[in-house]
Amino acid sequence: MSEAPQLPAARWHAAEVAVWVAACACYFLFPGYRVLASQVFIAALFALSLDLVLGYAGILTLGHAAFFGVGAYTAGLLAAHGWGEPLSGLAAAAAVAALAGFVVSFLVVRGEDLARLMVTLGIGLLVYEAANRAAWLTGGADGLQGVAMAKLLGLFAFDLEGRTAFVYSLAVLFAIFVAARRLAASPFGLSLRAIRENRARMPAIGAPVRRRLVAAFTLGAAIAGVAGALLAQTTQFVGLDSLAFGRSADVLIMLVLGGAGRLYGALVGPAVFMLAQDYLSGVNPVYWQFWLGLLLVAFVFVARGGILGALDRMRRRFARR
Amino acid sequence: MAAQRARARLRPEHLSSRKPEEAHPDDPRNSARPRRCRAVIGVAFDGLAYGSLLFLVSLGLSVQMGLMNFVNLAHGAFAMAGGFVAVVLMSRFGVPFLATLPIAFAATALAGAILERLLYRRLYGASHLDQVLFSIGLAFMSMAAATWIFGASQQPVRLPAFLRGQLHFAGADFGVYRLFLLAVVAALTLALVALLGGTRFGAQVRAAVDDARAARGLGIDVDRVFTAAFALGSGLAGLGGALGIDVLGLDAAFPLKFMVYFLLVVVVGGAGTLAGPLAAAMILGVCDVAAKYYVPALGAFTIYAVMVALLLAFPAGLLGRRA
Repeated sequence: MSEAPQLPAARWHAAEVAVWVAACACYFLFPGYRVLASQVFIAALFALSLDLVLGYAGILTLGHAAFFGVGAYTAGLLAAHGWGEPLSGLAAAAAVAALAGFVVSFLVVRGEDLARLMVTLGIGLLVYEAANRAAWLTGGADGLQGVAMAKLLGLFAFDLEGRTAFVYSLAVLFAIFVAARRLAASPFGLSLRAIRENRARMPAIGAPVRRRLVAAFTLGAAIAGVAGALLAQTTQFVGLDSLAFGRSADVLIMLVLGGAGRLYGALVGPAVFMLAQDYLSGVNPVYWQFWLGLLLVAFVFVARGGILGALDRMRRRFARR
Repeated sequence: MAAQRARARLRPEHLSSRKPEEAHPDDPRNSARPRRCRAVIGVAFDGLAYGSLLFLVSLGLSVQMGLMNFVNLAHGAFAMAGGFVAVVLMSRFGVPFLATLPIAFAATALAGAILERLLYRRLYGASHLDQVLFSIGLAFMSMAAATWIFGASQQPVRLPAFLRGQLHFAGADFGVYRLFLLAVVAALTLALVALLGGTRFGAQVRAAVDDARAARGLGIDVDRVFTAAFALGSGLAGLGGALGIDVLGLDAAFPLKFMVYFLLVVVVGGAGTLAGPLAAAMILGVCDVAAKYYVPALGAFTIYAVMVALLLAFPAGLLGRRA
């Protein structure tokens, strides 16, 4: 009964406030790490988008980077061709990624786990290869050059120390997180969870399973597109790696590390993952891949539910005493 | 660099050496239609050889996904392991190429059996997400280990003299090694048909595929059948990896580079049969070689488009039988 959903979860828990205050405090506490922090926020937004698709709607996908990359290239291309205003660039990226997600969702929703996995994997690779081959548009393997951003709100230029990038990414992440938090507690969010738990029974209570899944997948794609656009705008560069399989795998790992199906899992996972990556791949990139693999294997056997799941278990054990 | 070389390997070498400007103008074979005709034969031949390798490696995966309902993204790691066993035996110990093949089979089969007993077995009933995470982790570890031991570069293989060169037959050239590949895979397929169709073990495997619970009720030790089937599949993958060094290439990125192809063979072919994956592997092999020969500008785009189209057209596999 401990996980009985409350409706609506409007009140903010003290721990939640603490998470966001801590995120803001990083700006002053670790000024040397602002660029890395903005990357963490972007990864968190991307993981949040996957959380809606995988954690809530239960759609297994290995090609989520396709939408991240579509958003990144949309924002990057706009800026490279003279439209450097950031916020409208985000909106455009969200729209294009949502359209792509909407189209793809019909192919994804109809299958079972395995078919979904293959279709998303295939579409991810397809989009990657298309961007690779369309070098006249995307710059191909060299990446998209000449992304020139205008000042944010006409006031703040994107600087090398990542001040604007930090505040901008954190603000966008927070805004979308608040919306996602509200959505997760809404009847729509609950119906997604119910579909994940038992797809066969949902039609019996009159829930339009297909339409809900299409909506969730489209929404997830749109948010992934925003995350990609944020990366393109704050780094003023778009590389092919924004579409690569590795990015799809990484975001999946980050989300599961934090705890899929919980919104804060999408925040904690990327933070831990990227700090570890920053430290360990500084030591040796090959070791990083090995430790990541070992972590995944160990994880599946001992720590299902991720970091937050483990915290929950600890708290429950503590409370019982 | 390594990726470029790997791609070059996938391209039919002896075809690219027969570009029109290199052909002799007086050559009666040089008129447009026979040349195109020969190219078609060459592409089809190379595609079949490539497809037979894909089939050999994917067979184990087909059993895992059909029999145990396990999504194993690390299957390519077994193929890579087989390839490295062959390379090490040849370069460090001077073992002849043909003798390395059974050793590569045995070593990877043993590794498969051990891993199945220790790790895979616990996840048969787990969610597909857990299986995906576990097997990606295993693939990452294998790739990191391979990079650490062998470096990231492409591994060389020196084929014995009698497997090199071309056979000239009916106006077209056929690589001797690819003929050898086709023969080996054909022989192995026949052996597998005999094994699965004519032996007690085969009957147990088929029973377990059809209904594991009923098979258990009949007194079949399904667990042991699982382990044996897993080991056999891993061994075949290792054998495929060793045989494929010259065609697919071999480097530390192998498990992820070919993961999609192996998965695709299984999903398109439908699990639980031999004919389905065989047909899918051949279609895929021919399409891939043809696409890279005729429209190199599109690169791998064509094959991914074919993949998505096949997945949408045959959601239950070519032969329509799924676990």
